[in-house]
Amino acid sequence: MYQDVILDHYKNPHGRGLRDGDAEVHHVNPTCGDEITLRVRYEGGTVKDVSYEGQGCSISQASASVLNELLVGKELSEARRIQETFLELMQSKGQLEPDDAMEDVLEDAVAFAGVSKYPARVKCALLSWMAWKDATAKALGTTEADAAKEKTA
Amino acid sequence: MTEARQGLPGLLDTEAIRKDFPILDRQVHDGRKLVYLDNAATSQKPTQVLDALAGYYERHNANVHRGVHVLAEEATALYESARDKVAAFINAPSRDEVVFTKNASESLNLVANMLGWADEPYRVEQGTEIVITEMEHHSNIVPWQLLAQRSGAELKWFGLTDEGRLDLSPIDELITERTKVVALTLVSNIMGTHNPVETIVRRAQEVGALVVVDASQAAPHMVLDVQALQADFVAFTGHKMCGPTGIGVLWGRQELLNDLPPFLGGGEMIETVTMHSSTYAPAPHKFEAGTPPVAEAVGLGAAVDYLSAIGMERIQQHEHALTEYAVRRLQEIPDLRIIGPATAEDRGATISFTLGDIHPHDVGQVLDEQGIAVRVGHHCARPVCLRYGIPATTRASFYLYSTPAEVDALADGLEHVRNFFA
Repeated sequence: MYQDVILDHYKNPHGRGLRDGDAEVHHVNPTCGDEITLRVRYEGGTVKDVSYEGQGCSISQASASVLNELLVGKELSEARRIQETFLELMQSKGQLEPDDAMEDVLEDAVAFAGVSKYPARVKCALLSWMAWKDATAKALGTTEADAAKEKTA
Repeated sequence: MTEARQGLPGLLDTEAIRKDFPILDRQVHDGRKLVYLDNAATSQKPTQVLDALAGYYERHNANVHRGVHVLAEEATALYESARDKVAAFINAPSRDEVVFTKNASESLNLVANMLGWADEPYRVEQGTEIVITEMEHHSNIVPWQLLAQRSGAELKWFGLTDEGRLDLSPIDELITERTKVVALTLVSNIMGTHNPVETIVRRAQEVGALVVVDASQAAPHMVLDVQALQADFVAFTGHKMCGPTGIGVLWGRQELLNDLPPFLGGGEMIETVTMHSSTYAPAPHKFEAGTPPVAEAVGLGAAVDYLSAIGMERIQQHEHALTEYAVRRLQEIPDLRIIGPATAEDRGATISFTLGDIHPHDVGQVLDEQGIAVRVGHHCARPVCLRYGIPATTRASFYLYSTPAEVDALADGLEHVRNFFA
């Protein structure tokens, strides 16, 4: 379960710390107390930044680092595809052997395949990804509402 | 290290005892010997209990207190004899003071609801107070929060000292003439702290408040004498004391059980029923609506027999010796911080700790890879974690079949964890 890639991200997290964003969310995993505060910033359809601060196990913290590395700079549609693929892998109960196509999409995140065998830890790995999805909905919701407001004004 | 654990005083013959627990022979993760140190969550079951459960279903199964046929009479006798065994185990003055529930949570919820629906002088209502402590299991917090919210009563609590003990200094301000009920744990499920219940009982008696004791972590490990304790209600669960899941106990003083109203209504708890109203059976049946967990009660009876044959005093001595050794071994590990009493005095065999800034989930996972089962998280006692400014702990908890070699396995395992995340 503890692949070197995961331990590397845990010890040297990418993009950690809170920076300006369009929306912020706070997610917790009540069963173990993992917490994350996550902000997203969009420019047009591009993920400009995902910044975060949190505490928790190596799996939850490394997963947030991998998320930052994978999603920042991507078009939203591509970022969503990565998030959905990661979700599919994590919900596979260890039954899914990532193929080349999946590895192309997930890069370092395929290292979490082993975590999917441990039901108690899947939530740790998904914490930041669910927070990102939520923050994105919030950011784009606001942007769309603002745009609508501008139109009516 | 072998020298250090030689001559530990009071150890039981664990080699013989472990033969009664088939699961302890299990191997996990490709041939690792199971080291089961999660006894505060649930204990393992001896064959004597497993046989009693199977034997009940194979030969005696019927509903209780209902039939006139042979099986119904046998099942009823077995169920009621389990009540006798439990009553003797806790030195209850009367068997009728032992109410079977499904677990300690249900026992505590039952008391909270009795008091919420009671008439004077027991009724908890606006203008009255409920006192608990910061080290309670959620099952001894949430029922009282619910009662406070629904009745308008105020909820107050004892805080904790840095050493993991109750801060009793404000006792006279906390327990007052307004206090209707004080609920506290005898032994903490997260820190192992053994609380001075007698001091609290004395103060509660001065002001006429009832005392409810959560003995879930005490009944399995020490002599539990409800008369010596002098509380009004004592709750515990079967599965932590070698019994099956699904069976718990509420002991209550006879006069209270007679006076207080029922909570759950249904079969078995009635005397007569008309379409307009009903009268109730005497305690304990008044509080046992519906078909009870018969086989589970029989299993608990077998567990009580098993523990009594070994002797609760000897079990207590065994665990004390192990705790002393474990505290010593754990304190040798750099960056390990015990959350709770740091000696073996006035504490049970449950030890919580943090290990540097390694998250307990990671500690637990890497220990599991070595076959060592501990519990990680907030242990349903989140206010304790908040109090000590930590997200969670790793908890090792021992029982009558635990050995010094398992303490060594834990200490070595923790060294491995440190190196792994270094």
